[in-house]
Amino acid sequence: MTDREPFSSNMPNDGAPALVEGERQAVMDSADMRRALTRIAHEIVERNRGVANLCLVGILRKGVPLAHRLSRLVSQIENTPVPAGGLDVSLYRDDYATRQPRLHRSEIPFDVSGKRLVLVDEVLYTGRTVRAAMDALMDLGRPASIQLAVLVDRGHRELPLRADYVGKNLPTSRNEWVDVRLQEIEGEDRVFIVKPPPGEER
Amino acid sequence: MSASIGTGTLESTHLLGLRHTSAADIQLILDTAEGMQEILSRQIKKAPTLRGRSVVTLFYEPSTRTRTSFEMAAKILSADTTSIAAGSSSIVKGETLMDTVLTLRSMTMDALIIRHSQTGAPALAAQFAGCPVINAGDGFNEHPTQGLLDLLTIRQRFGRVQGLTVTIVGDIQHSRVARSNLWALRRLGAVVRLAGPPTLIPPEMECDGVTLHYQVDEALEGADVVMALRIQKERQESGLFPSLREYHRLYGISAERMLLASPRAIVLHPGPMNRGVEIDPDVADGPQSAITDQVTNGVAVRMALLYLILGGKSSDALAA
Repeated sequence: MTDREPFSSNMPNDGAPALVEGERQAVMDSADMRRALTRIAHEIVERNRGVANLCLVGILRKGVPLAHRLSRLVSQIENTPVPAGGLDVSLYRDDYATRQPRLHRSEIPFDVSGKRLVLVDEVLYTGRTVRAAMDALMDLGRPASIQLAVLVDRGHRELPLRADYVGKNLPTSRNEWVDVRLQEIEGEDRVFIVKPPPGEER
Repeated sequence: MSASIGTGTLESTHLLGLRHTSAADIQLILDTAEGMQEILSRQIKKAPTLRGRSVVTLFYEPSTRTRTSFEMAAKILSADTTSIAAGSSSIVKGETLMDTVLTLRSMTMDALIIRHSQTGAPALAAQFAGCPVINAGDGFNEHPTQGLLDLLTIRQRFGRVQGLTVTIVGDIQHSRVARSNLWALRRLGAVVRLAGPPTLIPPEMECDGVTLHYQVDEALEGADVVMALRIQKERQESGLFPSLREYHRLYGISAERMLLASPRAIVLHPGPMNRGVEIDPDVADGPQSAITDQVTNGVAVRMALLYLILGGKSSDALAA
């Protein structure tokens, strides 16, 4: 797989030739990600007028490290601890009959009832994962409200959903995908747009 | 480059036994079961995953915990369950296993869970069922979900199975629980000691990593896991051991005997228990007992199996 140099522009596809198969293009580096998360943390505090009753819920798998990072940032801003957990949505997906994600254990160390929850995921695409996550949360209790924070919004929604906090809006084509790599999992903080080689499309 | 978490699909369509189940499949089932435990700890135990799927339990032998456990597992995942007991069905009119299974198939069942007194009956059913079949115990052959729930209980307590010493005490000869445990424990790298009266231990079971013991005390020495098997009174009538009292004296798991095992050892029993025969009440209810965990884990393991066996092909880490 060939790497293309990152664009200096904020609009990665602006004027750039389309990716060819087997190519990936860096769209965020670790500094970009840090700035985006810091901004989201401030927005969360501003929108909620503080952190009273606020809890973060990362969607497994990549939303969880992001939720913990946001939890640290938000806690620092307000000098109050904000809990974070991890939610597995496999049992609530609408595509169980055709694909099977590996089930992991949800770890939500607080009662969601009455809380202002912020769902955290790395990429917002069709919106189906978020739909599943909301159903999963409702089975755990009755939150006061649910908001959504994503590192990347790549468009192509199939459900009437939007994110409240977006790290980066990233125009993509449906045959590309967005690879968010995290320090906690892959050992680096970078985001790529990937055009899979023939036969590896999803 | 793909952010794959590992495959989420079983290699085999059915679960007929653990003898030929790969270590990867066993680990996948146990990992998935750990995810299911979280649901069991909730106030509202229900997930919509298997909505619209029908799961049939077909039991030719009596059972409380296995059948209830399968039914609860299916219901928690929102499947519809139908249970057929041999005594109250057309089976008493002489319908063959094949015809019963074909009838259920025509009613479009999605999974069949079967217990039968004959070894191989679930494998036969799998040829006609047209859907995944899970063995809930066949003859003296296998009881794979019991083996899996025992493994889950062991892994939960020790964090691993590899390298542990597991002593299974009792009627090994007639125990499908012992066989399923034996295959799975060996596959995951545990050392197995089989202990009991010589009349109840088949000598051919001795192999690499498996030792036979006619003195229970030597088998308990330093063991990490002690599994007592139910002793069936019918075996005494057929002369395989002299009396329940003598069996208890020679092979019963008592608090005193447990001192021979590792201080961290846990005690398992597949149930139903004969208290005061193969296991003393103070051991069964004592701090080393993991018997109630076994029952809870049984539901989690069966939820995991139904989830894995009824689902689609794996494709991980699709962008959200």
